[in-house]
Amino acid sequence: MEIKKLTFSYGDKSFIEGLSGKIEKGKITTILGPNGCGKSTLLNLLVNQLKPQGGQILLDGRDVKRIPLREMARNVAMVHQQNSVPADTTVERLIEFGRMPYQTMFSSEDEEGESVVKWALKVTNLEHMAKKRVGQLSGGERQRAWIALALAQKTDILFLDEPTTYLDIYYQMEILTLVRRLNREYGMTIVMVLHDINQAMQFSDNLIIMKKGTICYAGDVEGGITEARLKEVYGIDAVIKWSKQNNCPYMIPIVEPEEYGHAVAM
Amino acid sequence: MKRKGAFLVLLIIFFVTIIVSIRIGSVSVSYEDILNALTSDKGGIAGIIRNIRLPRILMAIIIGANLAVSGVLLQGVMRNPLADPGITGISAGASVVVMIVMLYFPSAAASMPVFGFLGGVMACAIIYGLAWKKGLSAMRIVLAGVAVNSILGGITSMIQLMNSENLQGVLNWLNGELGKKSWAQVQYVAIYSVVGLVLAFLLHRCLDVLALGDKNTKSLGYNPNVLRLLISGVAVLLAGISTAYVGVIGFIGLIVPHISRMLMGSEHKRLIPFSALMGATILLAADTIGRTIIAPYEIPVGVITTVFGGPFFLYLLRKDSKGYGD
Repeated sequence: MEIKKLTFSYGDKSFIEGLSGKIEKGKITTILGPNGCGKSTLLNLLVNQLKPQGGQILLDGRDVKRIPLREMARNVAMVHQQNSVPADTTVERLIEFGRMPYQTMFSSEDEEGESVVKWALKVTNLEHMAKKRVGQLSGGERQRAWIALALAQKTDILFLDEPTTYLDIYYQMEILTLVRRLNREYGMTIVMVLHDINQAMQFSDNLIIMKKGTICYAGDVEGGITEARLKEVYGIDAVIKWSKQNNCPYMIPIVEPEEYGHAVAM
Repeated sequence: MKRKGAFLVLLIIFFVTIIVSIRIGSVSVSYEDILNALTSDKGGIAGIIRNIRLPRILMAIIIGANLAVSGVLLQGVMRNPLADPGITGISAGASVVVMIVMLYFPSAAASMPVFGFLGGVMACAIIYGLAWKKGLSAMRIVLAGVAVNSILGGITSMIQLMNSENLQGVLNWLNGELGKKSWAQVQYVAIYSVVGLVLAFLLHRCLDVLALGDKNTKSLGYNPNVLRLLISGVAVLLAGISTAYVGVIGFIGLIVPHISRMLMGSEHKRLIPFSALMGATILLAADTIGRTIIAPYEIPVGVITTVFGGPFFLYLLRKDSKGYGD
């Protein structure tokens, strides 16, 4: 995917201006940045949920604005940050919605449907819960069910908007390792927004770091997260170390007690 | 299994209600008379059954199904348990337009359903205009409905005052009147309604996907606003034709979908047929009560449904809206 001179504004307040970049095929790309920097907006622009005022997003050379919604849904799947579904829907039924791009509005005829849903259940380790109601699932299981829905769309690209928010650390790792498996085993291109810098470093091939509606870095992990850039983008001092076990860098902010102390006192 | 059981029980209640409704009234009827009415063209009691009770019963069944399904569609599309053709003002919009046509252009009586539909569309557009703000909140729908209903109520009163001399027929119709319908009228309603109900059922998957929210609907390849427009159109059609023939009958579209949802779950494939059957049963029961409880006088069925349905509306206002995917 390619982003060309993208411009977007909410109302008359210009938000993203002249943004360009690239999403590498077959890699995990994570969009990072402080709150309100436009990372979710960029993600929604990429999947054509939002329409840019100017510029283009190209998917295999085609402008996504010109791709019909149904065709788009067969090429690009997205797990949104906030999802809702009637609580009595079964996991299996929820995943079946992922087949809608291959069906017509009035009929659910779909030769591959059944086998794809089975596959999605298996990949997300939800086989034994297929008949369970979504309302009875834990947060981590529910997120896996939504990922399974996206998988049932059988797309090459999967977008995830903060997939680990609201989850305990155990489930966060479960989701991120699942995402990694989708990339390594099934060759899916992954684009996600994450909040946690360490998780981004641990699970990504490429980073896009944003600040105030512009991209200030795009490239591999090691070049992206430097002490200087953390200071520049997030306004924090941090040290970056190497984790031998994980074979990736990690960072920890340095905090002088006095520096943030007055904020607490207020 | 529980669902199949509920469907079966409802089906039995439905048939029992039909039989009871044929039998009781100002003239009591035996099973033999019913058989005669259906198999011969004898007059007398068989004639009463054939020409008065049966058309009325069929009318109640059709209109009940229409209003209930219209409620299911509106609730699905607005993702809100308080949406119903009465509360939103769609019925009132249909009735004002139909009343104007009835009084000033009586020769256009045959195309009443069209006018009912147009009036409903008008009211529905106003509701969306007033209540839409990144989706529809329950409070906004109710408030917009109150506003639309009172404006249309004012227009109704004004027209009534201006036409007080030939008002009796219109007045009965306004309160929801199922009796005194000819077979020809029943036929017309049946044709329009079958079309509407079939369309509604065909849209069941669209209603299901809308419950996942606008973003997911779009991610799955469907434009949520186009779906909304389609579904609202069918809902207004069902409510509009019903109002055109029998006037305003409130709360069926509110109560029935709610109970159906509790029994059948949220999938519209089941919800729509079940609501249709339950709406038919309840309206028929309400009409039977209305015409027998203070015989020889009749209470219009719209009054009955309002008396029993109003408190239910208050109960829903207190309750939070679960099961719409929020």
